[in-house]
Amino acid sequence: MSYIKKPVARHPSLKPNKLGLTIRDYEGSMSTLCAGCGHDSVTAAIIRAFYELDEHPHRVAKLSGIGCSSKTPTYFISGAHGFNSAHGRMAAIATGANAANKSLHYIGVSGDGDSLSIGLGHLCHAIRRNLHMLYIIENNGVYGLTKGQFSASTDLGSKSKKGETNTQPPIDPVLVAISQGASFVARSFSGDKEQLVPLLKAGLKHKGFALIDVISPCVTFNDHEGSTKSYVHTRKHQLPIVEADFVPHAEEITVSYPEGTARTVKMHDGSEVRFRKIAPDYDPTNRKAVLSYLEEQQLTGEIPTGLLFIDEDAVEMHQEAKTIDTPLCDVGFDELCPGSAALDKLMSGYR
Amino acid sequence: MKIKTNDFAFKLANVNGTGSASANGLLMQAIFRMGIPVSGKNLFPSNIQGLPTWYEIRVNKDGRTARTSEYDLMVAMNAETYQADIKEVRSGGFVLYDSTWPLPKQLMREDVTFLGVPYAKLCAEAFADSRERTLMKNITYVGTLAALLSIDMEVISGMLKEKFSRKPALMESNQKAIQLGHKYARDHFEPLPMRLEKMEATKDSILIDGNTATALGAVYAGATVAAWYPITPSTSVLDAFKAFCERYRVDKETGKKKFAIIQAEDELGAFGMVIGASWNGARSFTSTSGPGVSLMNELIGLAYYAEIPTVLVDVQRVGPSTGMPTRTQQGDILMCAYASHGDTKHICLYPANPEEAFYFTVKSFDLAERFQTPVFMLTDLDIGMNDWVVPRFKWDDSYRPDRGRVLTKDEIEKMPVYYRYSPEDELGVAARTLPGTHPKGAFFTRGSGHNKQGKYTEIPDEYADVMDRLSRKHRAARNFVPTPLIERRAGAKFGVLTVGGCDLAVREAMDLLAAEGYVGDFMRVRGFPFNEEVEDFLAHHDKVFVVEQNRDAQLRSLLVLETRSPKEKLVSILAYSGFPLQAAQVVHGVRSRLAIGPAAQNVQEERGE
Repeated sequence: MSYIKKPVARHPSLKPNKLGLTIRDYEGSMSTLCAGCGHDSVTAAIIRAFYELDEHPHRVAKLSGIGCSSKTPTYFISGAHGFNSAHGRMAAIATGANAANKSLHYIGVSGDGDSLSIGLGHLCHAIRRNLHMLYIIENNGVYGLTKGQFSASTDLGSKSKKGETNTQPPIDPVLVAISQGASFVARSFSGDKEQLVPLLKAGLKHKGFALIDVISPCVTFNDHEGSTKSYVHTRKHQLPIVEADFVPHAEEITVSYPEGTARTVKMHDGSEVRFRKIAPDYDPTNRKAVLSYLEEQQLTGEIPTGLLFIDEDAVEMHQEAKTIDTPLCDVGFDELCPGSAALDKLMSGYR
Repeated sequence: MKIKTNDFAFKLANVNGTGSASANGLLMQAIFRMGIPVSGKNLFPSNIQGLPTWYEIRVNKDGRTARTSEYDLMVAMNAETYQADIKEVRSGGFVLYDSTWPLPKQLMREDVTFLGVPYAKLCAEAFADSRERTLMKNITYVGTLAALLSIDMEVISGMLKEKFSRKPALMESNQKAIQLGHKYARDHFEPLPMRLEKMEATKDSILIDGNTATALGAVYAGATVAAWYPITPSTSVLDAFKAFCERYRVDKETGKKKFAIIQAEDELGAFGMVIGASWNGARSFTSTSGPGVSLMNELIGLAYYAEIPTVLVDVQRVGPSTGMPTRTQQGDILMCAYASHGDTKHICLYPANPEEAFYFTVKSFDLAERFQTPVFMLTDLDIGMNDWVVPRFKWDDSYRPDRGRVLTKDEIEKMPVYYRYSPEDELGVAARTLPGTHPKGAFFTRGSGHNKQGKYTEIPDEYADVMDRLSRKHRAARNFVPTPLIERRAGAKFGVLTVGGCDLAVREAMDLLAAEGYVGDFMRVRGFPFNEEVEDFLAHHDKVFVVEQNRDAQLRSLLVLETRSPKEKLVSILAYSGFPLQAAQVVHGVRSRLAIGPAAQNVQEERGE
């Protein structure tokens, strides 16, 4: 990916977080994406989320596959190790990385081509394992780097820039994720930072696989009339159904909701997600109901957004595998190698 | 009649899924425990139940235990394959068969002695349950063979006691079946003119398959993350790794595990996981076979270019495509040496038996981390799945893993600035940092073009700088891979060069050839890139026979590409149709080419005598 270094300039009024870091400390290199690209807004939201969560930059591992979306980890948190891997394979690489070191925060940024075509298998299996990571799909319904082919998330009837109409049904990552047993599934819009930042924070704090499908329009190849992933179309059809607020551990809850409309879900570290249901009967903890609601909405062409499903009790990969508390990469050799006496004893069994 | 003591071969023809594998394993183990060098080759179908399967046992007091098809005795337990099985016995040999039903006359041979035991009838009378009748039939012939070949019954009885210590009912029926077969043979036959006599040759040896040895090597090397996808014949590597980890790596107090084994969605995923885990500093590996390596090719290039230490065990089977999954071959030599798109070259280790598989697995991790690159260990189905008699493995407790150049937090702290791919050391390796260590050590790992600072580049010189260093790094590894094994003979007129599991057959052939007056030197390469010893061996012989188990002479091609040797002097002897190599094939190959004079490149399976 192209790479331009940002000038170091700090405005004295920038407010430091609890670590004494300003929001600039969570930035990366200058973006080289097209001006107006939805992905840059997602990058900005990611930066804000990590800054507000007071995370140490070097305790973050950011991974991606290949494509426009997969370039974006370069544009945030330059103090974190990054891995721009191979097309579609990020989920697999993140799985191994997490298996070796469970103490880092994993954030993966992918796109609709990367996640829903070439990497769909890896994505589904990372979900099945309930891998502890935040997985963002920057979904623009088009292959950008190869200049405008339909992707697997292109809606039926959506038109390409050249005027072709898509005739194959889309794969909806939200439906895929919920049906595969994902424990945290959200959808948002790159143009709605107010909604996106709390979702990212909640997703980062979720113990398990958190998938956020972010409609992130491609200004160059998929922002025209007739496209269902354009800014105009998304703004018009976005249907926020659950408004989520992320409340860090031990922070006073100041927002008040009318009685009966708000719910709280406790995260594993003591923080909370509070949500307000805009659709009155919607229950984001009822998998079956959520699936049938979303399937109905799919037919109407509306784009339900917000924290669509959460199951904070789901068992993540390491819990299931019963690995020790120390990250495997930090376990000393003496604890791993059984030694010569054990080998001698073992050898007697091969007589 | 001349009695052959501790020097004969026999074959057992069975139906798979009937318990024959354990009966045959029992036989081989009994011979091993009598102290006699022995080998067992399981020639099995890609099937769970009902198809023909064979097991070959060769005993040889001098340790010549490569496969041979000179059978002195056929244990014909599968009526469906009678015809072919009976044909295979050498003239003057014996056939043991189930005489419950008469043998069709047209199958009889004048030059072979037929020994009929009514196994089905005996078992029907002795056992009530129908499944038991089938299973015990196989154990019954073990008893017969014990009588015919003078196998120590106490040894067998002791083994059954160990095996069924927790299942007294099974032990009883097994003992009963053995006695049935034994008694019938004693009552009806004389011992055969081939005998087993106790020796002391296997006292310091073990009986183990290569996949178990590989798994044990991974445990001893300190591997903590294994990712894999089930595939014959490598699956038992991970089965064994899991069993060893459960035994050695579970915290006694908490029950928590010091390992993670991930059964991946496919081989692409498996290798991706190995990359991820190694990127984070864990020793991590995968085990697969040819079709899996094909899928992993994409990410092997990523690991090579981004310089992530990874270990890949390839238990080779017969290709191309699905090929013959339960048969052996050395068909991945070229693929592994150059796996992936673009310019890639890898470090490869070629063990010849389970003993080397154990030590080379440990070595693979050290090399991968020292050179920050994928390391391939190539075994094959014969090494991996058959039991071999090899010396007991030993472990040096002073061993410390070579983690290569990894910067600590303090080292990073002291640096003014850190770059991933410079400065390089004398091996062409630059220091890496692990995620989570220090913000100054952070860098972007990428499979896209990068310069020596680790930044994205499309500038020709910057790209070439990195590629040139990778090439130097690979070349430097030649002095770190296992050295070739060489056996010289006075007056040698030619060389024979081989690899991996061909070892025993070729060494036996060298002796047989020398006895005929064809004296040659022997070399077995054990690692790639090739070092100066390989160059010297090639330079010092006008003619070098290259023996390997694939059709396209892949090792020869690699030698032509990667050494200074002119290709004309390298003459191929090839065996690739799926069974382990025999000395007779090598003898025939060498003798016929020496007799005829300068031979053209051979493109035919070597048929033997």
